[in-house]
Amino acid sequence: MGKIFVLAEHRQGQIRDITYEILTKARELAETTNSELTAIILGKDIKEQAKNLSEYAKTVLLVQDAKMEGFNSEAYKKILSKLITEHKPSLVMMGHTSYGIELAPRLAAALNIPLATDCVGLDFKGDALTVTRQLYGGKVNVKATVCKAQTYMVTIRQATFTVQKPAQPANGEIIEIPSPLKEEIAEKRFIQYVLPTIGGVDITSAEKLVSVGRGIKDVVNIPVVEELAKALGAILVCSRPIVDKGWLSSDRQVGTSGKTVKPKLYLAIGISGAFQHVLGMKNSDLIIAINKDPNAPIFGFADYGVVQDLFKIVPAIKDKIIETKKPKL
Amino acid sequence: MDIIVCVKHVPETTDAELKIDPSGKSIETAGLVFDINEWDDYALEEAVRIKEKEGGKVTAITIGPKDSESTLRKCLARGADAAIRLTDPRFEGSDAYAIAKILHSIIKTLHYDLIFTGMQAADDGNAVVGPVLAEMLGIPHVTLVKKIELSTGTAKVNRELEGGLEEQIEVKLPSLFSIQTGINEPRYVSIMGIRKAMQKEIKVVSLVDTGLTENDVGLAGSWINIESVYMPQVEKQAVFLKGTDDEIATKIAEILKSRGLI
Repeated sequence: MGKIFVLAEHRQGQIRDITYEILTKARELAETTNSELTAIILGKDIKEQAKNLSEYAKTVLLVQDAKMEGFNSEAYKKILSKLITEHKPSLVMMGHTSYGIELAPRLAAALNIPLATDCVGLDFKGDALTVTRQLYGGKVNVKATVCKAQTYMVTIRQATFTVQKPAQPANGEIIEIPSPLKEEIAEKRFIQYVLPTIGGVDITSAEKLVSVGRGIKDVVNIPVVEELAKALGAILVCSRPIVDKGWLSSDRQVGTSGKTVKPKLYLAIGISGAFQHVLGMKNSDLIIAINKDPNAPIFGFADYGVVQDLFKIVPAIKDKIIETKKPKL
Repeated sequence: MDIIVCVKHVPETTDAELKIDPSGKSIETAGLVFDINEWDDYALEEAVRIKEKEGGKVTAITIGPKDSESTLRKCLARGADAAIRLTDPRFEGSDAYAIAKILHSIIKTLHYDLIFTGMQAADDGNAVVGPVLAEMLGIPHVTLVKKIELSTGTAKVNRELEGGLEEQIEVKLPSLFSIQTGINEPRYVSIMGIRKAMQKEIKVVSLVDTGLTENDVGLAGSWINIESVYMPQVEKQAVFLKGTDDEIATKIAEILKSRGLI
């Protein structure tokens, strides 16, 4: 085929894991489709980072510009439009991350390149591209074909592909291209990073976590899970909707936009298991999940599952734990 | 401050056990409750709050058949001033790109200072419509917006990055923001609001009024064509604990005890 472009993602000097995940998949695709893998990195003072990419890619295109202090999708769009138009790659890949979500659709629309987002699989048959995605928060998968084009664009879900360092480093050639940006991007400007407020609880060091999701339905029901956590000596944490609704503070949020945890026990209550949550807890030692829907994705990650109304089963578990903990006379 | 909010009428599936439709290309929607997409709910609320502070007009727009009017009614009840529904049998099969084209066809005829979309839709989770629409309109956009501070001609917005980090961006208006959940607390709708909303007119627009052709919309105008929808294979399956509540609780207590967790 032609070239495969992978856009590297970096923040505060660090190349992000998603980049190596995509490069790993892209290497495999380059081999099966007989394509040439090109990594692209844009930013300010990023020569060192470009070297890391050359282990994976045959060519690394580097554009440095003092005007690219933080991420700016308009600056990226301008530079990538030029590179894509010149090189005509058959595939452009980037992460379905806060950066990819900002950039990919706009770039695709500007160049009229068909785009499939948040892909968990992709497959070429000749020059036809089929992608796998998820619908309804991961409850259903979809296979879709992308309309035929000279160039396709995809964004890849985080942690979909496992990073494999090449056995033989690719020793890619780093080609620095002068920045085509003539002036500052006027319409949109990065100001600063805003750090999360430090909360009162450190959920990452807790041994036992009881986690609550949307299934709890109302803030008045929070004590149901709170009491179980207390009986277990566990800390109460939650999935995103609970923080969005203001029912628990953001320092208790587990998932991609919260914290990653690895306790000895993770008891998930009323959590369906969208990947944003799962990525934050799947490496826990023991996972027990309670959910009404037997097909909830969380059961694909749990060791034990209970399909039951949480309002019935959670108080029963709490009572049993208190009973078990009582010293026998 | 005139604000356009693009909303989608979607099935509520969090607690539901989903089944694949006989066509193999979608889920069975019979028995599912449809409502405003969660992200759009926050977007509408944010628009109404800005209007209440700054004045102006909020217009809610959706694409969909007659039953999606309930989502527009909800927007009107919450404080939207006008509502438009784009509908046509030929819109069927439109992906996010085609949807953006349809929205663009009407929005380019309206006055706006801001356009809001949800960051993504709960059903297909593309996160594509907003930025594509902004590109078509030639205005800047910011996705994953968690905070908006308006000044004259510009806005400072916080957008969500990973791990709780945010970045602050300054952007010129008019602009399009895709709104992330948690930006505000959407209000409950009062009975009065619902009554008033029932009387408001919803403007209906079909393909002929958009200036688009049938090749621009539906499958012909889309990037993505759904081949099949199926239940995902799981890597490992949980051991399901069964029995009465007491039996299940006993088993869980035993598991925890055997691992020294209680």
